[in-house]
Amino acid sequence: MSVVTLKINDIDVAVEAGTTLLDAAKEAGVRIPTLCHLDGVSDVGACRLCLVQIEGIPKLLPACVTEATEGMNVTTETPELQEYRRMVVEMLFAEGNHVCAVCVANEHCELQDVAIEVGMDHTRFTYRFPEREVDISHPQFGIDHNRCILCTRCVRVCDEIEGAHVWDVSGRGPAAKVITGLNQPWGDVDACTACGKCVDACPTGSIFRKGTTVAEIDRDRGKLDFLVTAREEKKWTR
Amino acid sequence: MDWSELIEIAEQERNAQKAIRVHCCTSTGCQATNSIEVKKRLVAAVKEAGLNAEVQVVGVGCPGLCGQGPIVEIPSEGLQYQKVTPDQAESIVSALQNGGEADALQGDPNHPFFSRQVRIVQENSGKIDPERIEEYLMAEGYQGLHHAIYEMTPAEVVQEITKSGLRGRGGAGYPTGLKWATVAKMPPGSKYVICNADEGDPGAFMDRSVLESDPHRVLEGMAIAGYAVGATQGYIYVRAEYPLAISRLHKAIQQAKRKGILGAQIFGSPVDFTIEIRVGAGAFVCGEETALIASVEGGRGTPRPRPPYPAVSGLKGCPTLINNVETLANIPAILRKGADWFSNIGTDTSKGTKIFSVTGKIRNTGLIEVPMGISLREIVEDMGGGVPGGGKVKAIQTGGPSGGCIPEQLLDTPVDYDSLKKLGSIMGSGGMVVMDDSTSMVQVAQFYMEFCRGETCGKCIPCRAGTVQMYQLLTKILNQQATAADVEKLKELCGMVAATSLCGLGQTAPNPVMSTLHYFENEYLELLQPASVRPSNGKVPVRPS
Ligand SMILES: Cc1cc2nc3c(=O)[nH]c(=O)nc-3n(C[C@H](O)[C@H](O)[C@H](O)COP(=O)(O)O)c2cc1C
Ligand code: SF4
Ligand code: FES
Repeated sequence: MSVVTLKINDIDVAVEAGTTLLDAAKEAGVRIPTLCHLDGVSDVGACRLCLVQIEGIPKLLPACVTEATEGMNVTTETPELQEYRRMVVEMLFAEGNHVCAVCVANEHCELQDVAIEVGMDHTRFTYRFPEREVDISHPQFGIDHNRCILCTRCVRVCDEIEGAHVWDVSGRGPAAKVITGLNQPWGDVDACTACGKCVDACPTGSIFRKGTTVAEIDRDRGKLDFLVTAREEKKWTR
Repeated sequence: MDWSELIEIAEQERNAQKAIRVHCCTSTGCQATNSIEVKKRLVAAVKEAGLNAEVQVVGVGCPGLCGQGPIVEIPSEGLQYQKVTPDQAESIVSALQNGGEADALQGDPNHPFFSRQVRIVQENSGKIDPERIEEYLMAEGYQGLHHAIYEMTPAEVVQEITKSGLRGRGGAGYPTGLKWATVAKMPPGSKYVICNADEGDPGAFMDRSVLESDPHRVLEGMAIAGYAVGATQGYIYVRAEYPLAISRLHKAIQQAKRKGILGAQIFGSPVDFTIEIRVGAGAFVCGEETALIASVEGGRGTPRPRPPYPAVSGLKGCPTLINNVETLANIPAILRKGADWFSNIGTDTSKGTKIFSVTGKIRNTGLIEVPMGISLREIVEDMGGGVPGGGKVKAIQTGGPSGGCIPEQLLDTPVDYDSLKKLGSIMGSGGMVVMDDSTSMVQVAQFYMEFCRGETCGKCIPCRAGTVQMYQLLTKILNQQATAADVEKLKELCGMVAATSLCGLGQTAPNPVMSTLHYFENEYLELLQPASVRPSNGKVPVRPS
């Protein structure tokens, strides 16, 4: 095993050769915001939140896919980088239909967390209010495309860990969206094993377990009545 | 077949030549104006006149002046006819037979449009029949490949290309020799050569023309590259919108295989090289090398972060050399005539020639191959003949959606990679659009942004969402609904998208906006809302209807 040493925000760190800058930063105790990165699956460098500045390299590079090399001098926070990160998050909020107050993931949402982290309190961009679909054809899960940020974590989790490759991306640019099967309703896709890994991978409330969304609570009032009757009349069947 | 047999074929072909060749362009541009029928009628007229012994009618590739097609040329007589109709065929042949003027629009083959050109890549375009390997052999074809395999080591070939100073013609101008050396130095094993014939820039058709006019030249360039870097398999990635180029490539590959020039044991040597065609569905982003490789592998055409560069890890994870059509088409000539000959053409940092497709508000539209270092003014005014109707050139757009606009006062700039870059544009793949006084530069910027907005692959956020936001701002400005703050926001977006996008598409998408903002900011400011309707006093502004 060979080791490389580098500086991240002036902190010296030594890591195994082949370590990404993102992991090296973790080791140095430096936090870099991410969205498309997910521990355990491959990295794609798509969200651009983890861009860092490296001395001697004119381009900003994504920490999640850049390997640490000997003597690197990395800066993760500059006014410029902070501004770019804020703009990325602002673009995401303007791009989809993100309404936190009625979202399953409210307060458990990485998009929300990142927005707070980069100090975004409003978006300077025009909201696009796109028309997007909700697919609840699957018996256990649903996907609300309004909340999708196209990080492709579901695609990678399903392909690389579950090995089912139910998810993929179709379309270009503004028309790009994640699809199930051959762009079929999720419930019709035989390849889906209903393992739920995509639910765990999704950073927002886009992919969710049914029965957990706002206004989906289904109360069993009869149960109370049954319990009282059962206790009093010793009748245990409903 | 060994070399002496091929020389023999070339010799036979030369001896079979008739005294007079009548060239009729059969490329896409002229086909669209009925050149196939013109050719048929020419053949019939020659037969009718009893000239079959002296005259042969040859369907050739593109002579360049596509806007004036169909083009018929009789080089031995110094004649050129433009916009030829089938009915004029007889008169052209009878003028040939009896002297006198033909009843057809006569062009001037010595016009600066032709005389200022230096043709390396297009040396055979418009001169040989692209569907017959015999004509390519007659034009010294495949001599470079033979020379490389039998008289040079692979390392010497790489050195020769490095010495020539050739740089990539696909846009970025990366030194070709350096790229070859990188792939060659990777440990032996599976390696690939890919020819990038995706050509997605709106208005560009240089690569199509090369493939249609001289397909064997590209195959030869690829085979030389394969020998130099140690690859035995090559792919040509060409867009489905180029059916004629595809069919001519298929034909050329078959002919070369049959003659033992492609496949196993080229010219009887131990060198193998096979070429296959991959047809792309025409997404602009699939011209980006990593997206192209994903598409060849059968995946969705999306770019991935580099490094690793394809030279290190490309197709199927193997070292892959990827070069543009025009880059590869330069190779045979360099090997035949030597690196010193090539590096004498052009400027210090940009060697050789470049093909441009000149379009827009200009008299002579078409393809020109010019030496690097020629001034833009020479191209536009002398060769292109200026704006039709005597209008004034306002700006020139080079580099397509990744390039910028160069204003009239800077037209004396020499055409080379570095000078164009300094002006905020790029050489690009060779699109050149001339704009006159009636063109709104904001509209130009909006046009290119609309293109990028539709062609971004959608993988990374800055490009996917940023191009939409920039397009909206440009539209708002054009609708005269914007304020100075919107222009500021547009500038911020340009900087951010350029700095943070994953691939070249996003990184260069703001260029048309930035360059028009730089040279023509006034046009933007004139479109802003008048100061009187801006909320300066806290009152709600009244919008003019
Ligand atoms: C969005 C985008 C589109 C591109 N399109 C093309 C193309 O159509 N043809 C081409 O040869 N290169 C294209 N390129 C450049 C290629 O990525 C690559 O640099 C080139 O093929 C390398 O060949 P060269 O070194 O011979 O120029 C494109 C690049 C980007 C970023
Ligand atoms: S810059 Fe644009 S085209 Fe390139 S990866 Fe990002 S979204 Fe796709
Ligand atoms: S986490 Fe690195 S680009 Fe998204």
